[in-house]
Amino acid sequence: MDLATYAAENGLKRVGARPPFIAYVKEAWGRRDFAWTLSSFTNKAANARNRLGRWWMVLTPAMQGVMYGLIFGVILGARNRPEHFISYLFCGVFLFSFMQGTFSNGATSVTGNAGLVKSLSFPRVLLPLSATIQQFINLVPQLGLLLITVAGDTAISGFGFPLTWKWLLFIPAMILMVLFGAGSSMLAARLTVQFSDLNKVIPFAFRIIFYSSGIFYSLDAILKNHPTIGAILKFNPFAAYINLVRGILIPGREATAELWLICAGWGILLPAVSLLLFWKVEERHGRED
Amino acid sequence: MVAKTKKAASNAGRKPVVVVDNAHVIYKVFGTGRKVTGNIAKGGLFTKKIRVREVHAVKGVSFTIYEGESVGIIGSNGSGKSSLMRAVAGLTPLAEGAVYAFARPSLLGVGAVLLPALSGERNIILGGLAMGFSKKEIQSKAEDITKFAGIEEFIDLPMRTYSSGMSARLRFAIAAARNHDILIIDEALAVGDQEFRAKSEARMREMRDQAGTVFLVSHSMKSILDTCNRVIWIEKGVLKMDGDPETVTNAYNDYIGSTTID
Repeated sequence: MDLATYAAENGLKRVGARPPFIAYVKEAWGRRDFAWTLSSFTNKAANARNRLGRWWMVLTPAMQGVMYGLIFGVILGARNRPEHFISYLFCGVFLFSFMQGTFSNGATSVTGNAGLVKSLSFPRVLLPLSATIQQFINLVPQLGLLLITVAGDTAISGFGFPLTWKWLLFIPAMILMVLFGAGSSMLAARLTVQFSDLNKVIPFAFRIIFYSSGIFYSLDAILKNHPTIGAILKFNPFAAYINLVRGILIPGREATAELWLICAGWGILLPAVSLLLFWKVEERHGRED
Repeated sequence: MVAKTKKAASNAGRKPVVVVDNAHVIYKVFGTGRKVTGNIAKGGLFTKKIRVREVHAVKGVSFTIYEGESVGIIGSNGSGKSSLMRAVAGLTPLAEGAVYAFARPSLLGVGAVLLPALSGERNIILGGLAMGFSKKEIQSKAEDITKFAGIEEFIDLPMRTYSSGMSARLRFAIAAARNHDILIIDEALAVGDQEFRAKSEARMREMRDQAGTVFLVSHSMKSILDTCNRVIWIEKGVLKMDGDPETVTNAYNDYIGSTTID
């Protein structure tokens, strides 16, 4: 009798075998506390060595906003500038940095927590998810800053009291964007399993996306004469989420049904597909080659 | 081989808890440069190329562990002990073969610092949550864990500031907070002091008596003889000997002695 049948006869299960998809998701859900706690602890530790501590969570985006405002608003001049430029720019910069953060943090979430992966067995998908939560915790003060800026900007330019019912749509928009972030985090973690060189390429890829997503200029105005490229770029999720939020918050802009559809599509499909892809290589996470 | 079949016959009726079936572990390493050979002078800067080197760390090991056994794993450095144990714990995938167990084995290794930037207390909480405790459960256990590890004064300091002995103690205390059906301890106790070693060996025997199976990888024959009732000797990736502690450790000591004299 060979050992495999002997083991099976005695009710032993193969170690390290990846559990069925549903069981995997259930186990991950059962340990969600771990993902939350890990992200909040890591966040606190990241700022613990700085004198200003957690204030950097607000200071960094504020400095970014001022820097981009100076470069694109003042130094590069006012031509072609979309209206309510400060609100427009902050929307772009903050949301983009969240989406970039989920991907690049996700890419290192498994390899960067080698200590945990090597010593404890838990559904590895909790690591990229925790990276997403961590980015979201960072995003919250930025969103506060964004909302204050937009409200101030709107009031100053004479559009009256800016808080309207329309702003409630901001919540579902954020939910979709966080789902998209979780998806790209899992995808990045999945890809680095096979292509560890990816980490070197990510910064360049995101520079290109940054300049082509209309963060500090109006994509529509530039692409007016290039309908084909425009049609393709419309599906760029980065631009779509940013424009959706701009449509909700900034007066005179509109969150079209088309934008909602594109954002909902990305926000539902990407996490579903990424989770499936990640689960498929669960056994390979944490190997040392 | 003869000994093996005899053993299998005498084990009829005992309940197996871990079955390792022809386990192979192969690491693929991206290496630069050439293997060090006799004539290093040959070849220059431009002959170096990046290639994938395969390291065959475990070469077809099979054994069966039965209920109530605590198993010592011995062998010289680099013999594949840790690779084998990581494979048994399911943390390193096998290139060939399989490991079967009635519960998922937990590995307590020496290299694994959980999260160096976080305080000992937060590491306890995270480790507990990852092991499947609820937040309340682990918070109520945190004090006992700290006490067991004997690091009450330093529990709020980041783990990177701990000495290797302190962090090994904390890691063992975290892992020992739960009763494991199968626990693998990979030299984790080697850095602990006398007192802690005695304490942890007592805890290991306790776990074994609670129908848990314990694997202990160690270079200390005393620890092995004190806690184990079966010893497996791995050498150069193959199983060299498997049997009662006295016989195997004696044979191992003879082997070490003979190779050092050579």
